[in-house]
Amino acid sequence: MTRPAIWLDGVTVEARGRPILRDVSLTVEPGERVALIGPNGAGKSTLLRVVAGVLGANAGRVELGGVPVTSMDRTAVARRLAVVPQQTALPFSMRVEEVVALGRLPHEDALRGARPADRAAVAAAIDRVGLGHLLGRDARELSLGERQLVLLALAVAQAAPTLLLDEPTVHLDLRHQVEAMELMRDLNERDGTTLVAVLHDLALASHFFPRLVLLDHGRLVGDGTPAEVLTDERIGEVFGVAPALVRLAGGG
Amino acid sequence: MTSGAVTAGDTGARLRAAARGRGRRFWLVIGGVVVAVLGALLGVAFGSVPVPYGDTITIVADKLLGTHLSTADPSTAAIVWELRVPRVLLAMTVGAGLAVAGATFQGLLRNPLADPYVLGTASGAALGAAIGLLLPIHALFLGFGLANVLAFVGAVVSITVVYRLARVTGLAPLTGLLLTGYAVASLLAAGLTMAMYLSGAALREIFNYILGSFEQASWERLAGAVPVVLVGSILIGSRARTLNGLLLGEQAAAHLGVNVERERPLLLGLASLVTAAAVTVSGLIGFVGLVVPHIVRLLTGPNARAVIPISALWGANLLVYSDLAARVFGDIPVGVVTALIGAPFFLALLRRARTGYEL
Repeated sequence: MTRPAIWLDGVTVEARGRPILRDVSLTVEPGERVALIGPNGAGKSTLLRVVAGVLGANAGRVELGGVPVTSMDRTAVARRLAVVPQQTALPFSMRVEEVVALGRLPHEDALRGARPADRAAVAAAIDRVGLGHLLGRDARELSLGERQLVLLALAVAQAAPTLLLDEPTVHLDLRHQVEAMELMRDLNERDGTTLVAVLHDLALASHFFPRLVLLDHGRLVGDGTPAEVLTDERIGEVFGVAPALVRLAGGG
Repeated sequence: MTSGAVTAGDTGARLRAAARGRGRRFWLVIGGVVVAVLGALLGVAFGSVPVPYGDTITIVADKLLGTHLSTADPSTAAIVWELRVPRVLLAMTVGAGLAVAGATFQGLLRNPLADPYVLGTASGAALGAAIGLLLPIHALFLGFGLANVLAFVGAVVSITVVYRLARVTGLAPLTGLLLTGYAVASLLAAGLTMAMYLSGAALREIFNYILGSFEQASWERLAGAVPVVLVGSILIGSRARTLNGLLLGEQAAAHLGVNVERERPLLLGLASLVTAAAVTVSGLIGFVGLVVPHIVRLLTGPNARAVIPISALWGANLLVYSDLAARVFGDIPVGVVTALIGAPFFLALLRRARTGYEL
């Protein structure tokens, strides 16, 4: 029997006395592809941080592959779980391939550094995300969308069985949004990578993800197929817009 | 995902070909060693008392190899062996230490303008060391060990204060850190001057300590600094993975397997330790930790595995030649020379930092 890739039980997180997540329970099996949706401030990014173990829960339990995340050291978590942040700041000039190579840090020997296998993984990740034309460029001079793809390539190079993405398409134009989604689907279906992505675009989420998890005010209020989760009633209730607007955008 | 993507082998080959610094690293190390050997020879051969090159070589050979080649009189031998050789070695040690500390602070604070001098860490160490040296303890070794310990305390306290204050200001991280560092450094330098003045130190002594000098170099000082700088730098080098992860920020570093909460105080402590050892024996020498890692990073890329050791090598070189220049200009403090090089460099960086820092 395989253990769930991600398992949350009654997770509550508070910041300055205000609840961010309330009693969230969630199971993600290995190989699943899950979109985390909900309005701004629903707790989606917080949920990712709790899963990644960089933020402690005030109550409840978080396990990765059956092991409590709080008992794992950071390297063990990083080998199991790659996280694609929305943005990051680089204090020094770095080339695209140097940024992507940081994805190999969890696999590196503390003293010897990168080995040939690491360099091969970096090259493969760059190809997979289609960044060959950006080699040698200063990552700080790229467009927001290009930088987002560089961070995605970094996570691919990390080669973890589970990938968490925080709005991976927010700065991308339409073509690149679709390409990024296709890449994610490919990583999931071909490589068996477990995917959890925070998405704002309900149309993209329903089109590319078989399972949606809906958060609202820190509570898990929907979990299932797009048709099950994005009912007219819920869209009006949670997002505060007419369902027709979502349907118009291609969702539901 | 892009159509017409090149094959993996192709990209791998292009990566290897384009990998910046692989060849450069090699030449930076080879060149650095050659320049260091040359600097050591010049540093030992040159001084206010002219010593023939032949004598210099035979005196050093006699000491190192136990031969009896030298025909120079004992006072000449003492000038070479008791003053010049330790002076050159001390300049190398301090230069290496300050460059490593600078590279560490820059990586840890994610600030290309950080260095022990700018952040006030060196001033904290200097105040601690001065208090230790001025306390009426006359046993040389004990007095020196105490100075080292107090310098370390001073360095840790000042970097902690600067770090904490910079985090709570409403200013941008770059500005906040620099302004806080400036204010703390000024305060500590004032305290240092006052402490030395009140203790009856001669003005030249105070001057030399505030501006940094190797005039007081000796084998004892060298023995006090070398082990700390060496061990501290090696330990920092062994945390290269942490420094590399922090290139992307603390949050991203945590996702890449870095235990930031544990590593940050460790690296701040090690950089403070190395700074303290350097400052105790030479006073306040500015900008070495700023200029050297910056240029090295430009040439090799930001990988700490290359930046730390190559910065150490070229930091040693910078101070050996700066000290040589300081002696040529009539024994001025070496900190004057490094400031002449470093301050314009700092201003140039500051000008670029405005557009280049935040992503």
